[in-house]
Amino acid sequence: MTEVIVELKNVEKSFKKSERQDLLVLDNVNFKMHTGEIVALLGKSGSGKSTLLRIIAGLVNPSNGEVLYRDKPVQGPARGIAMVFQSFALMPWLTVLQNVELGLEALGVSRDERRQRALKAIDTIGLDGFESAYPKELSGGMRQRVGFARALVVNPDLLIMDEPFSALDVLTADNLKSDLMDLWTEHKTGTNGMLLVTHDIEEAIQLADRIIIFRSDPGSIRAELHVDIPHPRNDQEPRYRALVDQIYTLMTTSPDRPESLLAAGGKATDISLGYRLPDVDISELIGLVEEMAEPDQEQSIDLPELVEELSLDVDNLLALTDILEILRFANISKGDIELTPAGRRFAEADILQKKQIFANHLLRYVPLARHIRRVLNERPSHRASEGRFLGELEDFLSEEEAERVLKVVIDWGRYAEILAYDYNAGTLSLDNPE
Amino acid sequence: MSMRYNKVYTQEKFYLAPNRWDFLALVFIFAIIGLLIWSASQMAAPYDVGTGLHISLNPSNLPFYALQTTFRMLIGLVISLLFTFIFGTWAAKSKQAEKIIIPLVDILQSVPILAFQAIAVVPFIMLFHGSMLGPECAAIFAVFTSQAWNMMLGFYQTVRNVPDNLKEAAQMYHLSAWQRFWRIEVPFSMPGLLWNTMMSMSASWFFVVATEAITVSGQNIRLPGIGSYIALAIGQKDMHAVGFAIITMLIVILLYDQILFRPLMQWAEKFKTEETDNEIESYSLVIDVLQRTRLLAFVRRGIIRFDDLFVNSIKSGARAQHKPIFSYQKYQRFFTWSWNIILIISVIFALSFLIFFVLHTVTWNEVAQVFLYGAYTATRVLVLIVLCSLIWVPVGVWIGRRPGMAQIAQPVVQFLAAFPANLLFPLVVIAIVTFHLNVEIWTTPLMILGAQWYILFNVIAGAAAIPNELYHAANNMNVKGWLWWRRVVLPGIFPYYITGAITAAGGAWNASIVAEVVSWGHTTLHATGLGAYIAEYTRTGDFHRIALGVGVMSIYVLTFNSILWRPLYNLAEKRFKI
Repeated sequence: MTEVIVELKNVEKSFKKSERQDLLVLDNVNFKMHTGEIVALLGKSGSGKSTLLRIIAGLVNPSNGEVLYRDKPVQGPARGIAMVFQSFALMPWLTVLQNVELGLEALGVSRDERRQRALKAIDTIGLDGFESAYPKELSGGMRQRVGFARALVVNPDLLIMDEPFSALDVLTADNLKSDLMDLWTEHKTGTNGMLLVTHDIEEAIQLADRIIIFRSDPGSIRAELHVDIPHPRNDQEPRYRALVDQIYTLMTTSPDRPESLLAAGGKATDISLGYRLPDVDISELIGLVEEMAEPDQEQSIDLPELVEELSLDVDNLLALTDILEILRFANISKGDIELTPAGRRFAEADILQKKQIFANHLLRYVPLARHIRRVLNERPSHRASEGRFLGELEDFLSEEEAERVLKVVIDWGRYAEILAYDYNAGTLSLDNPE
Repeated sequence: MSMRYNKVYTQEKFYLAPNRWDFLALVFIFAIIGLLIWSASQMAAPYDVGTGLHISLNPSNLPFYALQTTFRMLIGLVISLLFTFIFGTWAAKSKQAEKIIIPLVDILQSVPILAFQAIAVVPFIMLFHGSMLGPECAAIFAVFTSQAWNMMLGFYQTVRNVPDNLKEAAQMYHLSAWQRFWRIEVPFSMPGLLWNTMMSMSASWFFVVATEAITVSGQNIRLPGIGSYIALAIGQKDMHAVGFAIITMLIVILLYDQILFRPLMQWAEKFKTEETDNEIESYSLVIDVLQRTRLLAFVRRGIIRFDDLFVNSIKSGARAQHKPIFSYQKYQRFFTWSWNIILIISVIFALSFLIFFVLHTVTWNEVAQVFLYGAYTATRVLVLIVLCSLIWVPVGVWIGRRPGMAQIAQPVVQFLAAFPANLLFPLVVIAIVTFHLNVEIWTTPLMILGAQWYILFNVIAGAAAIPNELYHAANNMNVKGWLWWRRVVLPGIFPYYITGAITAAGGAWNASIVAEVVSWGHTTLHATGLGAYIAEYTRTGDFHRIALGVGVMSIYVLTFNSILWRPLYNLAEKRFKI
C-alpha cells in the first residue's frame, strides 16, 4: 500500500522586502507525495521551486501553511530526509570517506559501524577506490556521486534533490541518472521516495513518475502530469515526445495571458514597469534570431528541436523566447516559435540598423526602458543616479532582483544607444563619455 | 598536484616496526619538549622589582635566551588562538556580541602595541608580586596584542563567509553546534587563519624583543631573552654582542619557520577549497623527515582517534532536532534598542572618564602640543611610505615579472619582514653618532626598517598575479615607458600595493615608539614626535600622559584609516581587482 510521505497544505512564503512590504515567492502550494514515487518539480529559474524544496527539507520555514512529513509537522530538518545539493556541498577538507561518514557521525553512530556503512554506500554508488581522495581531486560527476553516497548512507526515508545534475555536463549527467535509476528500480537506494527539483524538461520526463510544473511570480503549481512510461524510457517514443511538446507548450505560455493555449497565434504580452526581465545577453539574442531566419529553417520551429539543435539550456531558451515575445520579434504557440516580420527585419539588418530596430522596440515595449529615457530627457542635466530607478523598482521587486533587472536594462540600453552609464559614479545619462 | 590514493583506513595493518627515520624524529621531538619544559621552569623564578636580573653578554648564553624568547612567543600564540576561537565565533554567531566586539577590536587594532605595554606592565607586576611571572605576563601580553586582533577579525570574517550550501548540508545532516565548529567552521577558516597568524607573528618578534627590556617608572626590568641581551649590549657599547644577537635571531626565525609554520602550511593545503595552479609549493624539511617515519602513521592514528572522541563525544544542545520556531520580532526590536542605548551610554561614560583622567594633570596647551607631535610623526610615516614605494615598487615589479626570481625572493622577503628590526637599530644609531647626522631626519628610517618589506612582498605578489597575456598584449601594442607603468602595471598591482602600504603604515606608527628615542651606550638620541613623547613618559611612569599620548596616536591612526586607507582600499576592491 502506498502511504503519504509528505503533504503540503496551503504553503506560502514571502520574504521581507522592506519595512512595510513583503514579497510573495510561493503562493498556495498543495500537494501530496506517496511512497514509491519519484516526483519532479519543474519550473523556470526563480520560480520558487528551490525555496519549496528547502521548506520541505525544513531548512526554511513557510510564512503560512503547513508541511507534514509522515503526518508530523516539519520544524527544522527532519530525520529521515536527506538532501543532495546542486553544488554538491562537500567539505573540501574531508576525504570522500570522511564526507560520507559525516552524517553518521552527527547521528552518533559508532566508529566501526560508521566505517562499514560508509564503505558500503561508496561501493554501491560506484566510488570504490576513491575513499581517500579529496573532493577537489574528483571530477564533477564523481563529486556528485559522493553527494549521493552521503545522502544514501543515512538510509533516508525520503531523498530530496536540488537540481542535482545541472552542474554536470550532459554525458556525465546521463550516466549518473541512469545509475541512479538502476539503483532505484532494483530497490538498492533504500529510500521510499525521491523528490527532485529541475528546470530541465527532458530530465523530469526521464526520471519522474509525476511532474509538477511551476509558474513564477509568485511560484505556484500550474499543472501536474503523470508519466506512465516504463523505465528505461526511450526519448524517441511517441508518448515521450508528446509529453515533451505538452510541457513546452505549458511552460512557454505566459500565465498572464488567459489560457492563450487555445487562442490561435497567441497574443504578445504587454509587460509592466516592474516585470522581471530575464537575463539575456544581446549577442545571444541576435544569434538566435539570425539562426531562426536562416533559409533552411521552417517558418515555425519546434522549440524542443531548437533546444537540441543549438544545445541550449532550457532555462536559457525560455528567457530568450520570453524577451523575443515581449519585443514582438517572435510569436510562440503550442511549443512552436515563429519570427514576426519585425523579427525577420531585425535578423537581416546590418549592425547599425539592428541597433536602431532594437532601440525602437525596446522603447516601445519595455516600460522600464521608456521610463528611464523619459526621465533623462526631462532633466536639464540629462543625468540621473541609478539609485533613483532602483528605488522605484524596489516597489515591485526585492533589492537583489531590482539590481539585476536594472542591470539588464542598462545593458540593453547601452547596446541600443539610448542611454549611457558611468560605472564608477553609478549615473545614467544621455551622452557618451568624452 | 599529487594524486595519492593511499588508503588511510587500511594503514593500521602496516607500519609496525620503527625505521631509522623514527629515531631521528624521536630525538628531535624529545629535544623540543625538554627545552620547552626548561624554559617554563625559568619563568616562575622569584623576582622583585628593583633587583636587576643578571643578564650576561657571554654568547654561550644566547641559545638559552633565544629559547626563552621563543617560548614567550608560543604562549602568546596559544592565548591568541583561544581568544580568536572564542570571540571570533561569538561575534560571528551573535548580533549583540558582534556590535561590541567588532568595533572594539577595530579600535584596539589601531592602538599602538607598545602603548598597551606601557599601560599593562604595572598591573601585571602587582598581580604576581614577587615573581618573574609579572614581567613575563607583560611580555606575553605584548605578543598577544600584536596577534590577537588580526587573527580574530580574520577568523570572524571567514566564519561568516562559510558558504550557504555547506551550512545547509550541516543542518540537513544534523550536526551539532560543536561538530559544526570543528568540522566546518575551523577547517574552512584554516588557510586564512594560518596566513594571518604567520603575518602577525612577524610583528610579534619585534614586540617581544622590545618588551623584554623595559623601563617602568624608572625601574629597569630585564627578562632573560634576546631583547634584554641586545639592550645590555647597547648599554655597554658591545658591537660583537650586537652581531651575535642578530645572528642568533636569524637562526631562531629560520628554525621557527621550518619547525612550526612550514609543516602547518603544508598541512593546511588540504583545507583550500580549490586547487590553484601558480602557487609556490611550500616545502618543509621537517615534514619530509617525519613522512619517512613509521612514527607518523602511529601518531596519525592516535590523532584520528582523539579527534573522533573530541568532536563526537561532546553532545552540545543543538542536536535537538525540533527547534521551536516562534516569532519574537517584537521583543527583538525592543531588545536591540535597549542594547544600543546601553552601548552608547557606556561609550560616552568611558570617553568622559578618559578625558577627565587626562585633564586632571595635563593642560589644554599640552594636549595641543601632543597633537602637534602627532603631526610630526604622521608626516614621517607618510614621507616614509612614499619613499619606500618609490624604491620598492619598481624592484617588486622587476622581481614579480620573473617567476623564477619571485620563487626565491618571496620567502626571503617574508623572512626579512619577520626579523625584528629593532635589533638593527644600533647599527643606524652608531652611524648617526659617528657622522653627527641630523637626529630628526636620520632616526626616521628606523620606523620603516621592518615594515617596508610588506610593500615589497605585496608588490611582488601583485606583479606576478597580472596575467602574462596582459604583458604580451602591452608588448604587442608597443606600450612602453611611463605609459606602460600608468596603464598596465600600476593599475594591475594597485590592490596588492594598497594592502602592503596599509600594513607598512601600521607598522611604522607602532615602531615610532621605539624609533624616535634610541641610544648607544650613554648617548641617547631624541627626535621630536609622538612616539618619543609616549616612550619618554613610559620611562617615568606618568600614566596621565601615557594615556594622552596613546589616545592621540589612536586618533591619528583611526583618522588616517578612514580618510586615506579605507577609501583607497575600497577603490582597489571595486575597480582594480583582476
